[in-house]
Amino acid sequence: MSVLTEIIVRFATLSLLAFGGASTVLPELHRLAVETHHWMSDATFAHLVAISQATPGPNSIIFTLVGWQVAGLAGALAATLAMCAPSSLLIFIFMRFWDRIQGTRWHSIIQTGISPLAIGLVLASGCIITRGADRSWGACALTAATVLAVLTSRLNPLWLIGIGALLGLAGLI
Amino acid sequence: MHERQQVSHGELFRGFNKIALSGFGGVMSWARQTVVEERGWLSSEEFTSLFGLCQFMPGPNTLNLAVCIGARFQGATGALVSLLGLLFVPFLIIISFGALYGEFGEIPLVQAMLRGIAAVAAGLMLAMGLRMAADLVRRPLLLVFSALILVGVVFLSWPLLALMAGLAPLSMWLSARRYCRAS
Repeated sequence: MSVLTEIIVRFATLSLLAFGGASTVLPELHRLAVETHHWMSDATFAHLVAISQATPGPNSIIFTLVGWQVAGLAGALAATLAMCAPSSLLIFIFMRFWDRIQGTRWHSIIQTGISPLAIGLVLASGCIITRGADRSWGACALTAATVLAVLTSRLNPLWLIGIGALLGLAGLI
Repeated sequence: MHERQQVSHGELFRGFNKIALSGFGGVMSWARQTVVEERGWLSSEEFTSLFGLCQFMPGPNTLNLAVCIGARFQGATGALVSLLGLLFVPFLIIISFGALYGEFGEIPLVQAMLRGIAAVAAGLMLAMGLRMAADLVRRPLLLVFSALILVGVVFLSWPLLALMAGLAPLSMWLSARRYCRAS
């Protein structure tokens, strides 16, 4: 299979598996890009995640960047299309039925059932990015400080990203 | 029931473009601000209901929201235009960053800076997961599923499809049982 076909097939599958948002399939993206296909190293993947966090826009933009890294402009376009088309089509069709089951038991059952899985996946994303990113005590401390800052304050994440960049430039991480 | 206002293709594109560019690392909170408070496209209740739908359907949440709102006002083309509004400029920015990374990514100073940002990015993701988990502490049995997914993905490196196929029916069943007991 060519790289582009591989990207389209794999990312389209991820699109339909992304219950709870793009962040929930980051671990699977990592598995594909680093472990299965050896498209990039663990460190490069962590860098790409860092760049995508520092870019304005939806979380799913990380898929575009991975596509770019693997196969240039064609890869970026293929990745973006594969990531949005399947789920967008699905919700476009399904939204007509949503109003009808609103308030019924199915609605609450599905929502309650899916949320613990989404939570586990977001935490898994956090762990996998941490594993790739934190190669020093300074980095571990910065990650821990970020968690604390987010949980205890309403600081805009952009400030934290800026502080991280400065600490990195200062050679502390 | 308030009268539904007309929202054109151009307004949809501009609105979602603004949403995309105002947020970093996810833009859902900005979406509500723009769609409900600034432009009045949806009432707060309508937004919450659509948000629920976008969360429970697979796919990137904000993209799902763009499809729903675009389709509501202008059908399929509205959905398309809203998606483009959300993705076009971020696409250009991210491939520029990608090109810069390809060119300068090996420079030690750039590597040092990215290490700093990556450590923060990891913290942001962990904090988001912890915040979401805090909503479930009253239902420890459901948190077991979060833990199983976490272990399966991080430590065992199992494929997501297999994990979801195994765990989703169980957690749905548990949720249905709780629901029936409660009512």
